[in-house]
Amino acid sequence: MSEPSNAKRTSKPELLGRDGLDRRGLLKCMAWAGAGVVWSVAGGVPRSMGLGDAYGASLAGLSFVQISDSHIGFNKAANPHPDATMTQAVASIRALPTPPAFLIHTGDITHLSKPEQYDMAAEIIKGANSEVHYVPGEHDWLDGGTAFKARHGDGTKGDGWYSFDSQGVHFVALVNVVNFKAGSLTSLGADQIAWLKDDVSGLASSTPIVVFTHIPMWAVFPKWGWGTEDSGEALALLKRFGSVTVLNGHIHQVLQKVEGNVAFHTAMSTAYPQPAPGAAASPGPLKVPADKLGSYLGVREVTYVEGQSSLAILDKPLTA
Amino acid sequence: MVFLRKAGDLPQSQRLRRPSALIGAGGVLAVLLAMGGLAHWNRTAALAGETREVKIDNYSFSPATLTVPVGTTVSWTNRDETIHTVVAQDAGHSFKSGGLDTDDKFSFTFDKPGSYVYICTVHPYMTGKIVVQ
Repeated sequence: MSEPSNAKRTSKPELLGRDGLDRRGLLKCMAWAGAGVVWSVAGGVPRSMGLGDAYGASLAGLSFVQISDSHIGFNKAANPHPDATMTQAVASIRALPTPPAFLIHTGDITHLSKPEQYDMAAEIIKGANSEVHYVPGEHDWLDGGTAFKARHGDGTKGDGWYSFDSQGVHFVALVNVVNFKAGSLTSLGADQIAWLKDDVSGLASSTPIVVFTHIPMWAVFPKWGWGTEDSGEALALLKRFGSVTVLNGHIHQVLQKVEGNVAFHTAMSTAYPQPAPGAAASPGPLKVPADKLGSYLGVREVTYVEGQSSLAILDKPLTA
Repeated sequence: MVFLRKAGDLPQSQRLRRPSALIGAGGVLAVLLAMGGLAHWNRTAALAGETREVKIDNYSFSPATLTVPVGTTVSWTNRDETIHTVVAQDAGHSFKSGGLDTDDKFSFTFDKPGSYVYICTVHPYMTGKIVVQ
């Protein structure tokens, strides 16, 4: 039932918006070539490259990896062993030709916010031999964020937001899994937006910005809660920057959108896939044949080459 | 869906109202005169301890609105493969389940009348309401 809609693994054209990728003829460049697709973002306009180009390109700049939605503790048919697939994902990170400067985990580390699930995730991710910057998912906030903050809250503000700089790129970690209100989308909240305004105020407009958070910062599919109510307020603060990349998880599939200077990328999970927006009655875990599961899961490698103001984004499924 | 919701809702609340109505209309004066506080005790006993079910199925609460008398315990069961929560939206969060995995249950006894809106905090477009009379 799910196979036809999911086999595409790309966003539906109508979701791209009237000024979206389709009109610019960019999606036609998008291809799944075994290990993944490469997007390079230069001057705010993405273009695709072959994998050979990506590996052949100079990777002397900053390279980091995004891992997302590991859901340790999930045990249903869609993937009874998310620990095993996360381990596989970590092994693929360790095997990268260019070791990443660090990892970002964009949330839903655990399935039920339980300490033993955090412990298992930490044990697995240790295998990447890399520093990890976390943001929580809503599954990590079932205890009000207690266990998350105890492990990953040091040096963060409010409910866990923070920023840091690496090789000239400014990274902003936003938390959008705390302010849920009945019948509406989640939000960042006024405090966090005020902090963001202050955080970026001293930066030159030429500074590349990478925002990472859990829930999409654009209205992917509001009916399923796939969006952030006040994301527009946050993005308005980033308008003056020439290169803004927003990385998130939550929807367990790769989707891209470009809006002005901002490129949005949602990532695969390492645990289980979810249906394309609106392709099922609910966003529940998608069961795919066991031998195909690895092609729906994966990690993302992001490379920023200094002086080129470009980000090369490579989504790598666990298996072809 | 709508039919089921009504079918589950109406007979139950009628059944619960009937004894109190009888006591109120017919026998209340006599009972009050004869036994003082016993009428009140009877009515409470008839209503307390009742448990009503709300199922969480396919990312929705069913019934979405449930009307119960004071003293009723409402029990939620998660039938989905993903987790859900049941969290009251009043200022103090009168009830808050934590993460419910498949087949997990959460229950709460409503001692005060009122209208309690609740959501699943993981999927906040899932909303429900318990009306306590």
